[in-house]
Amino acid sequence: MVKETRDPKPYISLGAGGRRGRRPLPMPVRYAINAALVLAFLVVGELLIDGGSISRYQTSVLEQIGIYVIMAVSLNIATGYLGQLPLGHAGFMSVGGYSCAILIMRLQPVFGIALRDFAAPTPAALALFVCGLLFGGAMAALCGLVIGIPALRLKGDYLAIITLGFAEIIRVVMLNVDGLLGVDLTGGAKGLTGIPAYTSFLNTFVVVAISLFLIHTMMKSRHGRAILAIRDNEIAAEATGVNTTYYKTLAFVVSAFFAGIAGGLYAGCIGVMAPAKFGFMKSVEVLVMVVLGGMGSMLGSVLSATVLTILPEALRAFADYRTLAYAVVLIVVMIFRPQGLMGTYDFSLTSWVDRFRNGDLPWKKQKGGEVRADA
Amino acid sequence: MPNEGSKNRRSILVQMETPNLIPERDLGQIPVLQAEHLGIDFGGLTAVDDFNIAMGPTEISGIIGPNGAGKTTIFNLLTNVYKPTRGTVLIDGYDTAGKSMVQVNKMGIARTFQNIRLFGQMTVEENVLVGLGNSMSTHLLHDMLRLPRHWRQEAEFHDQAMDLLGIFDMQGLAKTKAGNLPYGAQRRLEILRALGTHPKVLLLDEPAAGMNPNETEELMENIQKIRDEFQIAILLIEHDMNLVMGVCEVVGVLDYGKIIAKGTPDEIQNDPRVIEAYLGKQGVN
Amino acid sequence: MQVTFLTQLLNGLQLGSIYALVALGYTMVYGIILLLNFAHGDIIMIGAYISWIVMSQLGLSPVLAVLLSVLGCTLLGVLIDKVAYAPLRNAPRLSILITAIGVSYLLENGAQLVFGADAKVVPSFIDTTSINVASLQLSPIALLTVAVTAVSTAVLSFLVQRTKLGKAMRAVSEDMGAARLMGINVNTTISFTFAMGSALAGIGAVLYCMAYSQATPTMGVMLGTKAFVAAVLGGIGSIPGAVIGGLLVGFAEVLVSAIGLSVWKDAVVFLLLIIVLIVKPTGILGRTMSEKV
Repeated sequence: MVKETRDPKPYISLGAGGRRGRRPLPMPVRYAINAALVLAFLVVGELLIDGGSISRYQTSVLEQIGIYVIMAVSLNIATGYLGQLPLGHAGFMSVGGYSCAILIMRLQPVFGIALRDFAAPTPAALALFVCGLLFGGAMAALCGLVIGIPALRLKGDYLAIITLGFAEIIRVVMLNVDGLLGVDLTGGAKGLTGIPAYTSFLNTFVVVAISLFLIHTMMKSRHGRAILAIRDNEIAAEATGVNTTYYKTLAFVVSAFFAGIAGGLYAGCIGVMAPAKFGFMKSVEVLVMVVLGGMGSMLGSVLSATVLTILPEALRAFADYRTLAYAVVLIVVMIFRPQGLMGTYDFSLTSWVDRFRNGDLPWKKQKGGEVRADA
Repeated sequence: MPNEGSKNRRSILVQMETPNLIPERDLGQIPVLQAEHLGIDFGGLTAVDDFNIAMGPTEISGIIGPNGAGKTTIFNLLTNVYKPTRGTVLIDGYDTAGKSMVQVNKMGIARTFQNIRLFGQMTVEENVLVGLGNSMSTHLLHDMLRLPRHWRQEAEFHDQAMDLLGIFDMQGLAKTKAGNLPYGAQRRLEILRALGTHPKVLLLDEPAAGMNPNETEELMENIQKIRDEFQIAILLIEHDMNLVMGVCEVVGVLDYGKIIAKGTPDEIQNDPRVIEAYLGKQGVN
Repeated sequence: MQVTFLTQLLNGLQLGSIYALVALGYTMVYGIILLLNFAHGDIIMIGAYISWIVMSQLGLSPVLAVLLSVLGCTLLGVLIDKVAYAPLRNAPRLSILITAIGVSYLLENGAQLVFGADAKVVPSFIDTTSINVASLQLSPIALLTVAVTAVSTAVLSFLVQRTKLGKAMRAVSEDMGAARLMGINVNTTISFTFAMGSALAGIGAVLYCMAYSQATPTMGVMLGTKAFVAAVLGGIGSIPGAVIGGLLVGFAEVLVSAIGLSVWKDAVVFLLLIIVLIVKPTGILGRTMSEKV
């Protein structure tokens, strides 16, 4: 907060203010630019993979990057945007993964889809893949709703511990549900094996692009504004008529939904689902991605998810020290830069294009008329 | 909107014993805000006792009183931040008992806060849009899939937000982070955000705190302008006597949680009880 | 039948006592700086390893092991506060919470690196021959655990309620700023709180090792989480609440295991937590805290 100490000029009125004379790009053009970029990325990626420049192993790492990007960005909804600290994100991932894998494995013979149909997807395989992911997302969202309703009545640490508890419950259920119901569903402690490899570079990144788009558009709307308002000041949000219970639950459910989608992709990528993989540590790993990137920054989540997925693979030789380094980095970042590396800054390519067109670049220092309050 | 179940206690305003307490133009109307025997105890301490008010739909009233007299507590009672120990609050004739803060806001009461509570990380325009957003009708999918209704509404409400910002000549700050605004501008933004919820009565908690005399002068004009333009009632708490005496039609004086005097600014300024409350007994000469 | 019941009761009391000791540490730290100290469970793990080193590696006496474990935990707790939490005293709550997770992660992985992932067997501290009282076989460890917990809780209550330092602690937890203005050394008080909480964790570590005689790098996670659940159940910030919560969790676990559903016992504990929080969001003995508007 800046105390007004300078001249007693009553109001700061600068007409169009700092944005004077800027001609923003029309919305369709902005979307076209971004869509073209995504398409270019996919085409280049596919060509490299088909041409054999990227090995199977590297492709799998790429897929995992996409999966963790979705995980981090979806956790960011609840952490960065809503300002809560859920510690059970891996739980939603496992629910999504199991649900998606089980649905696809059960329906695959019914519709006569062979394993290789997923590689070069036939329409039926593609439809099953989409259904599986949506089912995984929906089941995770349902869990998010069940968890969110009691959890969101609580604040801060209580919410953290109750989500952690729920994730543990989910883990115990996945481990023991077969024995309890006498069915063969999750495969218990030995895990669910033989999941068809329905995840590919192409479909992972299409899903990533769609997920990021949907989360972005939600946040840049009245729903997103209500969620951010709750984070910034819950009491003021209520007094301003924001139904905090509804929007908190919404943020929580959407966050769980996308974690479920990521889980679905993960099951197809790794091929095995085991409850032990989705413990507290997995939740912390995703949290580290969000925190390092900057809570509330989508770009930050994407970047740190990418780096933190590649690094361990690149540093396999130092695997023992990896987790130790994770912990140290987390503490150091919190002490010296609690807002995360990117803070809440979000990159927008099109607004940079705007800036270029208007010659309004940060290194050309402010040409007067800058809003005084920004100082 | 008030629920079916809420008690409708609609009555009309009649002149009170003390003359000129209800503005002439509001007589015969339903009081937009009415509190009867409102009170709250914290533990054994009575913070507010027997607070009564009936405001006309276009009335500007003020509550003054020494620090700790219970002024902000009254606002918290009126907006259901605290649950009253006794008494009732009616907004436009509807009982607010058992309603949440959100529901009370939707019934027609909006407020600002003494210790400013803006959405600091959001821009000025977004702050106003949070208030306005309650009247938007896009569903999640409209927004997520960027369907035509999203664009129509965003454009429409952007214009509305700019109009609101225009009241205080703040359009130029639309893209500034609210947390980076100077103090005075933050107070003004809080008022605009509250107005965005289309209230029938607006509660201002020390709107002139931290403002210089020029700003206060403009604030006075703007409070009147807001009343005239929006045709709403405004209740304010203030320490700045010039503001209270200059803009309010009725002033109540609160001391130790009790209204000790009520009247027009002229009457209040000459009331010995008020002088005593503010200056102590020796002050009365 | 009745004998089994009494044995189970004692088991529940023993397990509950350990949870209660650990929960006290959580509750004290939370009470004073509103921090969910995720590293608390891992302090216990370090305490267990100290016992193992002293007795198994150095072959020294159990008494020394107890003393060094408690001392080591105490110092570790204070050190963690000074290094990781103190710089963040004025930072957003979320940042400190994440730092605590980081510290916990660090201790676990550090221990794994130093001691390896496999369980270390901690030799027994005392003679474990059962005591026979009127056809009942009572485990001396269980009796000792219950007694130690009772004494520790009493001492702690006395410290907090009756001593000057306890008064300072309560003042800091009410209002840190006002306490500072009254001439209370806030940092010393917070350090002392960490020291007491961690000393209890050290005692808890010894009692845990007596009961389960092993140390693993991740033993603190579940123990810590459940103890925190116990603290929240009882009402965080409340000393009797932590004891009640701990016993409740202990009994619940023993009961679930006794009816043959031991694989579900973790789920039951968390379910218990969720139910209590839905019914009474501040826990059994918790105070309602409201934000000043």
